[in-house]
Amino acid sequence: MHVVIIGNGISGITTARHIRKLSDHQITVISSESEYFFSRTALMYIYMGHMKFEHTQPYENWFWEKNKIDLVFDRVTDLNTDNQSLSLTSGETISYNKLVLALGSTPRPLPTKGAELSGVQPMYSKQDLELLEDTKNIKQAVIIGGGLIGIELAEMLHSRGVHVTLAVRESQYWDIVLPPEEAKMVGDHILSRGIDLRLGTAVESINGSDKVESVTLGTGENIDCQFVGATIGVVANIGLIKNTSIETNRGILVDEHLQTNLPNIYAIGDCAEIKEPNTGRRAVEAVWYTGRIMGESLAQTICDKPTPYNPGIWFNSAKFVDLEYQTYGDVPAKIEGELTSIFWNELEPERSLRIVYEKDLMKVRGFNVLGLRLRHELCDEWIKTGKTMDFVLNHLEELNFDPEFYKKFASQVKSQFEALV
Amino acid sequence: MNRLGTILVVIGFGIFLAIPFLTEHNVSDSFITKEYNSEERAKLASSAYTSILNQDITTWKLLATTDEAIALVNKSVIDTYGFSGEDIIRLENLAHNNSLNAQSIEALWGKGNFKVEAFKNYGSWLFDREFSSDEELESNIKQVTNNIAQYEVIPKKGIDKYAAKSLKYSISKHSITGLLQNNAVLFLLLTFGLTAIGGLLMLQVFMDEKPGIKNNGIFFHPAKARKWLGIIIGTLLISFYILLYFFPEYMGGWIRIVDPISYKLNGSEAGQFFLYGFMYTTSMLVMGARMMAKYRHNKYQLIRTGSVMFFQTIFAFLIPEILVRLNQPYFDFKNAWPLDYDFFFDFELQKLIAGGNLGMFMLVWGIAFSLIGVPIFTYFYGKRWYCSWVCGCGGLAETIGDPFRQLSDKSLRAWKIERYMIYSVLVFAVVMTVGVLYTYFTGASELLGINTFSMRQVYGAFIGAGFSGVVGTGFYPLMGNRVWCRFGCPLAAYMGIVQKIKSRFRITTNGGQCISCGNCSTYCEMGIDVRSYAQRGENIVRASCVGCGVCAAVCPRGVLKLENDSPTNRVNTTNFVRR
Repeated sequence: MHVVIIGNGISGITTARHIRKLSDHQITVISSESEYFFSRTALMYIYMGHMKFEHTQPYENWFWEKNKIDLVFDRVTDLNTDNQSLSLTSGETISYNKLVLALGSTPRPLPTKGAELSGVQPMYSKQDLELLEDTKNIKQAVIIGGGLIGIELAEMLHSRGVHVTLAVRESQYWDIVLPPEEAKMVGDHILSRGIDLRLGTAVESINGSDKVESVTLGTGENIDCQFVGATIGVVANIGLIKNTSIETNRGILVDEHLQTNLPNIYAIGDCAEIKEPNTGRRAVEAVWYTGRIMGESLAQTICDKPTPYNPGIWFNSAKFVDLEYQTYGDVPAKIEGELTSIFWNELEPERSLRIVYEKDLMKVRGFNVLGLRLRHELCDEWIKTGKTMDFVLNHLEELNFDPEFYKKFASQVKSQFEALV
Repeated sequence: MNRLGTILVVIGFGIFLAIPFLTEHNVSDSFITKEYNSEERAKLASSAYTSILNQDITTWKLLATTDEAIALVNKSVIDTYGFSGEDIIRLENLAHNNSLNAQSIEALWGKGNFKVEAFKNYGSWLFDREFSSDEELESNIKQVTNNIAQYEVIPKKGIDKYAAKSLKYSISKHSITGLLQNNAVLFLLLTFGLTAIGGLLMLQVFMDEKPGIKNNGIFFHPAKARKWLGIIIGTLLISFYILLYFFPEYMGGWIRIVDPISYKLNGSEAGQFFLYGFMYTTSMLVMGARMMAKYRHNKYQLIRTGSVMFFQTIFAFLIPEILVRLNQPYFDFKNAWPLDYDFFFDFELQKLIAGGNLGMFMLVWGIAFSLIGVPIFTYFYGKRWYCSWVCGCGGLAETIGDPFRQLSDKSLRAWKIERYMIYSVLVFAVVMTVGVLYTYFTGASELLGINTFSMRQVYGAFIGAGFSGVVGTGFYPLMGNRVWCRFGCPLAAYMGIVQKIKSRFRITTNGGQCISCGNCSTYCEMGIDVRSYAQRGENIVRASCVGCGVCAAVCPRGVLKLENDSPTNRVNTTNFVRR
């Protein structure tokens, strides 16, 4: 059996590796972005000089041949689902028995006037990084969008001495995800690191004749800049299958076994939209580990061990310049209804902990931390088994995943909570 | 501040590099007599020195002249005590008459004569032998007389290569005159002083930034990314180590400027290893301060760096020097066999045994520390308690070496080579130690047909000097800062086995949070592909991990934590990642 995987990101590559572990199927992975699998999350570190491209490759180049995973560095131009084949730019045709679409995301296009000017770009792919590297002599940059890529791009440019203005439409940083206290802390942190964060700021237009020269803000203010970062989010990359009978909505619609409406065709990772997501999970989740879990599950299914996709309890993490963020379980931006939370924070060093729990039963539902680290396994278990706040606060030290000798926080949190009730 | 610091470092280091060229020597007749330690040899040597006597000359000129002088001495002693062409003919004649034996040569030159006694020792196998041809006879006799010249005449009457080495060093060091001789303290300040102050001022660069990970631009940096400056620094370091171990006679000027410190500490003049210890310690202190500034947000790094700075300064540098001042054996209490490979050498054992109660304590301490303390501590804390908290080599790597940690090779091939090499060195160290102890207790010079003295000489030159020094440190800017610790250190190998088999230490992977970014692997100085474990949700239990904690520090997602915990289920894999 020939399994063809389009996309060599974490989802596609995990599928390929696990199919190889489970079977002797012929495996082909096609990518037009890079010859070998690399970690997209690490692209920023190449620009900042923390790493070289080769460091972002989790497997050495000999790995693929040794494991009989054929890599094709080319773009798929056409997909024919009737005779189960696809064509490449090179003219070659590849037929498959099973097809895995791991197409990833694509940056959401900037609707702003002047977005087509040279010097305006997103930051998503290896090619985006190369383009950014070619953009020399940037003194000032404006980045549009208050998500995770926006702050990463801001940090990248700032590391090379560029003056960065980060224009965020919302009134608090990433406030669709972060509760107000955390959003405020992150915003303050970004400012303290020398990035000119403008909250509640829309960009009216990008100006310049050929190259970008300035942007005009909603307030009427003009900011001179030689670069504009377009980081207003990503959308599922589904251009390839537009003319096929594969059903899509925001992404490629899949069932619990990650299968599309067509037999033998599956979709995973950022481009997949789960028709009936588990409670607490969204239909499209463009995060690293969901891609990995989908790949692991799909490999089982393809190798005749049908395994539904089950990502478990939500978790995620990020780093805003120097401030680390972890979240586990249910921590909505607006905590209301049956939920309430206790929030503890400290300014020096900047750190905070929020525990979300059910008002009536006092059962823990989620954790949010900034500037400190929690033990994933325990958070997951406590949320899953519905541990009470009493238990959580008495065992809080066990959750601590900070390096040795770091200042402890459990007793402070506990006394704050006790003062509260 | 940073610019001023850089300027001071360049000036201080520039003056340091200029010192061998600024060093002037002046030798007098009486000085030569004293250094050659015998009227006879001094007289033979003096003709070489006549043209430079009482003149200010360079080190090169002095040493070239000394080479000539030594050659003159040796030629002359061979003429006097060796066998001349005529002597050889006489021996051949004796053999022709079938009367080459002890009596006949005693009759020729007299009983008790140097030549006679030497020939009896080296040539008795020729006595009363038949030779099939004249050629065979001549070649056999010449073989004996040549051996006598090389192994008997020159070592006993002349100056052999070991004596020549120390004579050249002594002449060079003790004949320094002029600028350096009179201004040692000034030069000390101009070199070490300026470089240290400059180095500390350069820390401003980190202090200007907010606390946090400071790896910006590392792979664009000329020194930190194996670019031109890295190659220059590597070349200088390698050259320095070659001079230190093999040509200390050229280092007189450098050693001279640390004399004042040596007198203060141990009451006598400095030698090349005092200079080395002083440089080692001062650089570690300055670069340790740098490490602390860089990681000031991370308490594990602060305490750990403070610890290696403390153990180097107090235990490795000051205490041994003070012990010498108090007429006690030189001893580094924190050094453990087999890194301290000469601990069981006869002269070391004799030194400690002769050292009274304190000496005996040192002997017992050293043995207990190495054989009991090391595995017990490693069981509780992993080898990090030594490698990145106490050890001098590790301390150097963690401070001066920190700018180069990202250069270690992470490939599977490198890991394979590492295992072959480090365990071979461990086996070599153990076999050599068993050998020298066997010789010490039985007096037999060979164990299983191998000469134990040459075994320890080979170890000392190739592992002790060549590997740990020249390659181990010289290659920092080319292969990362733990070249010795990773590929060569027998103590690291020994503790690594304990750490791998039975220890409470591990690096815990935090569930499914890893995003495979590769920061951990990139900054692992031991070349461990940390990511390959973390992305599988698997804890990291590796023999080579020295527990520096930098992987956990640079991880942007809070995935890694160094921990001591129950040894069961150490390589635990969480159910967030299917393997």
